[in-house]
Amino acid sequence: MKPVPFAYHRPASLEEALALLERYGSDGRILAGGQSLVPALNMRLAAPAALIDINRLAGLDGIGLAPEGLVIGALARHVDVEASPLVLRHARPIALAMPHVGHRAIRTRGTIGGSVALADPATELPACLLALDARIRVVGPGTRREIAAQRFFRGIYTTDLGSGEMVTAVVVPPGQETWTSRFVELARRHGDYALVGLAAHGRVENGIAKDMRLAFCGVGATPIRAARAEARLLGRALDPGVCAEAVGALDSDLDPPGDVHASPALRRHLARVLLARVLAGIG
Amino acid sequence: MEASIEISLTVNGVALSRRVEPRTSLVDFLRYELELTGSHVGCEHGVCGACTVRVDGAIARACLMLAVQADGSVVETIEGLAATGEVFDLQQAFAEENALQCGFCTPGMLLTAQDLLSRAPEAGPEEIREALSGNYCRCTGYHAMVEAIRKTSRARVKGSA
Repeated sequence: MKPVPFAYHRPASLEEALALLERYGSDGRILAGGQSLVPALNMRLAAPAALIDINRLAGLDGIGLAPEGLVIGALARHVDVEASPLVLRHARPIALAMPHVGHRAIRTRGTIGGSVALADPATELPACLLALDARIRVVGPGTRREIAAQRFFRGIYTTDLGSGEMVTAVVVPPGQETWTSRFVELARRHGDYALVGLAAHGRVENGIAKDMRLAFCGVGATPIRAARAEARLLGRALDPGVCAEAVGALDSDLDPPGDVHASPALRRHLARVLLARVLAGIG
Repeated sequence: MEASIEISLTVNGVALSRRVEPRTSLVDFLRYELELTGSHVGCEHGVCGACTVRVDGAIARACLMLAVQADGSVVETIEGLAATGEVFDLQQAFAEENALQCGFCTPGMLLTAQDLLSRAPEAGPEEIREALSGNYCRCTGYHAMVEAIRKTSRARVKGSA
């Protein structure tokens, strides 16, 4: 199908983009990489009055180190994030997850800011941001704030973004360079949406888990930290018994939905399989 | 009807300007406005890969880009790659290996394969399969394509040695 007609704006500055957002309110949509928005337009699932194309805004696509951590600009394309040595070093779960995000021809256009703002709970990057304890930097009319990833994702396609606000960057706190990271997922076909995915990121010293963050995608309305499973691992040696306890605790952490792709029981099972595999590889 | 917008871009080496409606996708622009019908429209939501083109050197889904977004860009389609001879050996190998039947997916496959070989000249079968996983074929299946791409890869590596 073809989209419903809309007005098109290509603001030259952030201020202009924010003014357009304010002008159109909920009838305006920001166009970044377009890899999720344009399908929605084509299928007429979305019919905004106006698109605000931010692709030409300068200074929003950088990836750089700052005192507050690794700052990944909202317009950084997936292929550039995937190839970045800084991301590999300071935000390893993201680097590991990137090959699972769509396909190459999608990743050349898709942006990290777009993935974050869309907040599709089946996708990889929101889970990675939870595992990294990252913050989302947003600007709005006269406001500038940062929101912890844990609070940013509120529900399916629902975030903490207020009216007139837009994502400008993702900030990964420093000090996680030496952590151990894994990203694993199970999908029917490479590049498809994951039935279940897991970003595991932890500080493991002499076989003891000093920190452990287990963030799942595809198992709820938001990416989900498996707090009870994490608690079973903290301060303990990752031996088979401890790992089995953590895997067992997943059932109380996750209450996955069922759909045409997988039943709740299958998703629970796959989550256990993924966690067991990851822990066996780390311990 | 929203006002049309003037865009200027380079398509297959030719600089041109046109007025487009904002909602016109890049692939519809190429097909209807420029009559470059080699880029095919399969699913129109980024799943099938039949519309794959190169925009500023990177492969992209032409159904997921608006024509207005290509303003100022360099766009290359299968017509361009075929005319310059860039994919002549790949096309030849596809024919020899029976890697096409109805041909609908072939332009997207060729663009994708050429992109892979430009980044990984000696890509193995696993890498090739992964690269093709974003493109659907509903006739011949993928095995013959993997063979055709491997054949091209070997010949190119040998040729440049």
